[in-house]
Amino acid sequence: MEGITTIGPGSLVPEALKIHHDGYRLIQICATKVEDEYEITYSFGKDYDMIGLRMRVMPGAEIMSISNIYAPAFLYENEIQDLFGIKVKLMTLDYEGNLYRIEHKKPFQ
Amino acid sequence: MSVRSVVPFGPQHPVLPEPIHLDLVLEDEKVIEAIPSIGFVHRGLEKLVEKKDFQEYVYVAERICGICSFMHGMGYCSAVENIMDVVVPPRANYLRTIWCEMSRIHSHLLWLGLLADAFGFESLFMQSWRMREKILDMFEMSTGGRVIFSVNKVGGVRKDMDKEMLREFLKVFDDIEQELKVLTKTFLEDYAVNSRLRDVGVLTKQQAHELGAVGPFMRSSGIALDNRKLGYAAYPELDFEPITSDVGDCYARCDVRIREIFQSIDLIRQAAAKIPEGELAAAVKGFPQGEHFMRVEQPRGEAIYYVKANGTKFLDRVRVRTPTFANLPGMLETLKGCQLADVPILILTIDPCISCTER
Amino acid sequence: MKVSKSPWLMHYDGSSCNGCDIEVLACLTPVYDVERFGVMNTGNPKHADIFLITGGINAQNAPVVKQLYSQMPNPKVVVAVGVCACNGGIFKECYNILGGVDTVLPVDIYVPGCAARPEAIIDGVVRAVALLDEKKKALSQEQVSSKEA
Repeated sequence: MEGITTIGPGSLVPEALKIHHDGYRLIQICATKVEDEYEITYSFGKDYDMIGLRMRVMPGAEIMSISNIYAPAFLYENEIQDLFGIKVKLMTLDYEGNLYRIEHKKPFQ
Repeated sequence: MSVRSVVPFGPQHPVLPEPIHLDLVLEDEKVIEAIPSIGFVHRGLEKLVEKKDFQEYVYVAERICGICSFMHGMGYCSAVENIMDVVVPPRANYLRTIWCEMSRIHSHLLWLGLLADAFGFESLFMQSWRMREKILDMFEMSTGGRVIFSVNKVGGVRKDMDKEMLREFLKVFDDIEQELKVLTKTFLEDYAVNSRLRDVGVLTKQQAHELGAVGPFMRSSGIALDNRKLGYAAYPELDFEPITSDVGDCYARCDVRIREIFQSIDLIRQAAAKIPEGELAAAVKGFPQGEHFMRVEQPRGEAIYYVKANGTKFLDRVRVRTPTFANLPGMLETLKGCQLADVPILILTIDPCISCTER
Repeated sequence: MKVSKSPWLMHYDGSSCNGCDIEVLACLTPVYDVERFGVMNTGNPKHADIFLITGGINAQNAPVVKQLYSQMPNPKVVVAVGVCACNGGIFKECYNILGGVDTVLPVDIYVPGCAARPEAIIDGVVRAVALLDEKKKALSQEQVSSKEA
């Protein structure tokens, strides 16, 4: 998709740092199930401009948190961890699957 | 020596029409930290795309939240329209714009009332809500519903407003404008109101940017961003500028929202003068395939609708990032260091919509 | 048991979309104004006679609703406002919705609508006031007969 760069999970943190350095704010983080994998899209904005980073992860994989770069990311990452069961490492505030406290765990898995 | 204690706030609290829970860490009367727990309203409606087809899902999208229901419906429809390359007829775009601005006015009036209630000004609360009823009457006349309208569909709108109706509406807006001027005087000049709002919960421009705040909450900290400038619906043809304030306290948030109501009335007048004749909806054939991020400006700020479609009548994914979700980190920041008695006002000044946030 | 003539109501939002909530609030403000029936909104369950619930029930708010109900003094009336509170409504099939309010509480009055219209809510509240009187009578008879026994 236009404006979205595909990256590997390993380069998420350096890429996010670069974007943060360029003065972008975090708009949203969204996970989608695509076939057997998960696609995670990070959107950043500067004025009216919106760019994105996208990566694919396998089920059971762990991803790094960007909440140390973008403070509000912890809410989105906890949501992804809750609903998709993708473990996010080193979040500034980890609810450990209890952000929504839903009865059926990981409904989107 | 100061004593640390944790005070639970919510989910059922007189100031909150909706449930949210905060653990407030206090040092005597001062809040040191606030930890939110959400999920009381979580329904999981994003997953309903597996059970409702993309046309039916409009009804679900509208019910993400009953306050901005029109804009939720429109945002979702616009995302699907973008994927399917459907060109919405100009008249439908203008009608959507008018309904959008009516939603903004009713939402801001609702907020003004709740704010007045939070600082204990009961008659101001009642006055704001009395004015809001006029907007709801107009909604009922034009769509048939008071809060949930079901007037959007993929490709356009279902109902029209004729010349006679628009003329009537403009008269009502003239009345509302006059009445609001009287209320504005109380909201912005009254001594008691000032003493509750001034210098309370300041969010700097830098913090607003870092914490990803959106909408009036962000604009009152001095960032001039308004997604209506992105040019959806009929906004590219209307003349307006984002409304901002440089102060960043609760007073500024109240000030910005009041000025936005006047701006919305102006936008409705512009749209009513320019609205062209024509079709209400474009024909929609086939099923969507592709993906799109739709950004719209709701009364509470930027909302994002991500739709991913696979060429069948069931979508792969709908994801909504609502403005309150983005404003929560900013709210938690303003709570740090405030007095316990100011907590209700600070929570209210982001105009929280919990059912949006948790979906 | 002395309050049946001016019953106070408490409102709790289950997991509604907000539509019914703002209509409940609209009932309490000018134009619709249920205060003319002596009904007042209270945030304290121990002051409340009528429990108005909007929205469906999920695992997380079920204990909250039950606790609020248990804190209310007898006699009490539960009013489910809106189709979500009646049976789950449009969100019935969502993974995090158990169903209507009657999955956890005995509901006395069901108010239909999506969103429930203020007229319908007022009708529900007025019926609740009448039911409260009946319940009060039944309760005092019970007490009399238990004393006699």
